[in-house]
Amino acid sequence: MRIGVPTETRPGERLVAASPASVAQLITLGYEVAVERGAGVHAAFLDAQYEAAGATLVDAATAWGADVVTCVNAPSAEQIAHLTPDAALVSLVAPQSSPELLENLKDRGVTALALDAVPRISRAQSIDVLSTLSNVAGYRAVIEAAEQYGGMFTGQVTAAGKTAPATVFVIGAGVAGLAAIGAASSLGAQVRAFDVRPEVAEQIGSMGGQFVHAPEAQQAVSADGYAKPLTQEQQDAAMRVYAAEAAKADVIVTTALVRGTAPTTITAEVVAGMRPGSVVVDLAASGGGNCELTVPGETVVSDNGVTVIGYTDLTSRMPRHTSTLFGTNIVHLMELLTPGKDGTLVLDLEDPVQRGMTVARAGEIMWPPPPVAVSAAPAAPTGPTPEELAEKARLAQEHAVAKAKRRNLLYGGGAIAALVLLSFADSATVQHLTVLSLAVIVGFYVISNVKHSLHTPLMAQTNAISGIILVGALLQIGSADALVSTLAFVAAAVASINIFGGFLVTYRMLGMFRKDA
Amino acid sequence: MTLTSLAQATYLIAAVLFVLSLAGLAKEETARRGNILGMVGMGLALAATVVLSLDQSERPVLVTALLIALVFAIGAAVGTWRARTVEMTQMPELIAMLHSFVGAAAVLVGFNSHLTEEADAVHQIEVFLGVLIGAVTLTGSIVAYLKLSARMKSRPLTLPGRNLLNLGALVASAGLLAWYLASGSIVPLLIMTVIALALGFHLVAAIGGGDMPVVVSMLNSYSGWAAAAAGLMLSNDLLIVTGALVGSSGAILSYLMCKAMNRSFMSVILGGFGTEGGTASSTGEQGEHREVHPPEVADLLATASSVVIVPGYGMAVAKAQYPVADLVAHLRHHGVEVRFGVHPVAGRLPGHMNVLLAEAKVPYDIVLEMDEINEDLPETDVVLVIGANDVVNPSAMEDPGSPLAGMPVLEVWKARQCIVFKRSMATGYAGVQNPLFFRDSSAMLFGDAKNQVEAILTELRSREGVGA
Repeated sequence: MRIGVPTETRPGERLVAASPASVAQLITLGYEVAVERGAGVHAAFLDAQYEAAGATLVDAATAWGADVVTCVNAPSAEQIAHLTPDAALVSLVAPQSSPELLENLKDRGVTALALDAVPRISRAQSIDVLSTLSNVAGYRAVIEAAEQYGGMFTGQVTAAGKTAPATVFVIGAGVAGLAAIGAASSLGAQVRAFDVRPEVAEQIGSMGGQFVHAPEAQQAVSADGYAKPLTQEQQDAAMRVYAAEAAKADVIVTTALVRGTAPTTITAEVVAGMRPGSVVVDLAASGGGNCELTVPGETVVSDNGVTVIGYTDLTSRMPRHTSTLFGTNIVHLMELLTPGKDGTLVLDLEDPVQRGMTVARAGEIMWPPPPVAVSAAPAAPTGPTPEELAEKARLAQEHAVAKAKRRNLLYGGGAIAALVLLSFADSATVQHLTVLSLAVIVGFYVISNVKHSLHTPLMAQTNAISGIILVGALLQIGSADALVSTLAFVAAAVASINIFGGFLVTYRMLGMFRKDA
Repeated sequence: MTLTSLAQATYLIAAVLFVLSLAGLAKEETARRGNILGMVGMGLALAATVVLSLDQSERPVLVTALLIALVFAIGAAVGTWRARTVEMTQMPELIAMLHSFVGAAAVLVGFNSHLTEEADAVHQIEVFLGVLIGAVTLTGSIVAYLKLSARMKSRPLTLPGRNLLNLGALVASAGLLAWYLASGSIVPLLIMTVIALALGFHLVAAIGGGDMPVVVSMLNSYSGWAAAAAGLMLSNDLLIVTGALVGSSGAILSYLMCKAMNRSFMSVILGGFGTEGGTASSTGEQGEHREVHPPEVADLLATASSVVIVPGYGMAVAKAQYPVADLVAHLRHHGVEVRFGVHPVAGRLPGHMNVLLAEAKVPYDIVLEMDEINEDLPETDVVLVIGANDVVNPSAMEDPGSPLAGMPVLEVWKARQCIVFKRSMATGYAGVQNPLFFRDSSAMLFGDAKNQVEAILTELRSREGVGA
């Protein structure tokens, strides 16, 4: 089969759905690849490079007429008309917000795979184009902010005085937010980050950011990896956090997109409270913007001198790497769709990944797909009914009670036997046994505290101490009986080896343990 | 105030010092102080005893004094020599040997007590028990010593009906106790001693080399109980307290070791499980393993940002702890986060790996326990498994039918890349095949661990030379 890679026609778009490297990989899967002339020129991929990788160069109509068409942006109605009815289209579709496009695709009869509908499960990560794009956008957001911000991100102490590091506040620790945190902290800024999902605190820390804790504004773990809409109280609490953090920040990167829509995080009032010269980068501009002042696609400056960047083409501003990564995502998808590696596309609708991406097929709209739980979520309990469980619990409890009864009987019997035996013994023996029991208990508590790493020295030390039996031998050594005296001498000699050897070797071992300097 | 009451007071102080000494061993920071406190306590106790012994001497005081001096000379000479020359890898042997000394002393003191003191029933029971425990400790420790120093095959000795044999020995001893109580003669005591010696031999001979951490801890415990029994028969509270401390210490260590292997204490003591490795198991190989060589490992380490090293008994055998420590120092110098993950039963003694690493000057704060490191393993770039096998076996968690099932293990397969240093594809002491070797993220580095680590280090250093 033939894969067509047309030139992107959206105004200002500089991306391309395949790089020369990804073309070569597609060919190894058994496909022919047809690239429209000039498709990669904005991403610095020349036609000659595609040709060298094994692609044929074609015109737009031929590229759109291929068996499989991969492109970045959703096609226009005119472009859909160029698709052959049994073709497969692989591109961003935004199925939830473009019903008209879905209708068009349905009417044309093509199989449409939406790259922005990849389920968020581990196995599908390698084809998750949204992660790729978000990652680039997050990085670029920091670069754009750095350009607008009139200072250095890193703090410096120079002969001419000192500059404070920039404080960057990131809202939303999705892929874009984490990328922004990483980029900003590697430029030397102090990064603080907030997310309504408290479980991302560790990820924020791992990228070099500091998590802003605000329990009243944060929610529980979500089953599908996406944030849920907030309740009103959470919403209000979050707004207070944003306002407080914004007042301290030099740069704000806001990335809050809940299923394609952008909630407001930075109100006009918050912007008014920011320092002049600060920068807000709104990564949710395409969904209307998180900041009330955002003008999608533009940079505006507020009355108090705060720059608000609302670019919607951040990924296009790094066309070479974005296209390379995007192309690799496509290769991974085609690997999944080409089980025979023979250049034949086979769609398996039983596979949740493939089913999730398929938005139209053979004249039918397939959106939305049945829900998929993330792989990390525990499987729903199946099998035992509540009654069975209750029965089981009851049996277990009965068993435990019976066991406890038996144990109590045993202990009680033991205690009585000990009592009877001890009442026959003389008081001195009872005293000694008292000492023994107490010493065992003390020993138990003392030894339980010893760290595992010190168990070998502990054994050597207890060994040395058990050489105390020497005391017994020494007291017998002065006996008039030669046999007793000899036995005592031998016992004393071996026990003293124990004492000296045990203590010294413990001393030697402990000397080796040293803390990291 | 008599001399005896002064001695008693000194004993009390010594007992307190011993408790403080063991309490001090809880942390590295205070361990040295704990050791010194123990020495001071022992010094006080012995000084008081010597004075008392001279005072009670039935012979010319000078002769007794001379004998005591000779005892200390022997003890100091032999003990100091062993403590100074012992290699840290041979620590388990030394400890086993020292246990046998306590056992021997307990037997001899018991006989003396029989010879010198009045025969009343309680005292007789105490003597009998003291000799019994002492004798079992004596031969058991000798066998453990021989097995650990490879002078005896570490394969378990499996006599037919071995549990009946042990039981028979105990029943016979009980019968002999009755005879001893009735007659007060030394004959039943002697017969019992022979039986107990045989019992000690058989008990430990039936346990495989891999279960030695439990055995050594158990013998440690026995030697304590032997001392406590001696204290009871001599009516000496210091011996009782000390014996009880040591006895409970050994018991706790045995319990911890068993828990770390997910085995019941009885199943270890009754033996027969720790068959020596060396042959591929019946399940056979489970797939293809991938082999790597030192330069590739050096590549991996050079680009890694976090490395975890899992040492096992194989590292001790190859004496690889020094090159490993050098490797760690080199990596840390280049900003790589290196830590160790130590399984509780790694090695042949509780805490054996910690001592070896400390000897090689690895800072103890990067040597972590299994529970501390397990959750970090998925974030780790490279794991080096050096001479460990069963403690990193995923089938312990994934295969309910495996003999290792349920044993907590280091989850090294969750790391991005895992390099296993091994001499060959043979199984570990449990005789269980390790599916870790066939995972995609694992690679095998065959050969002597010491040479291979040195080769990796040389490789890393030569690159640095080129780079500079």
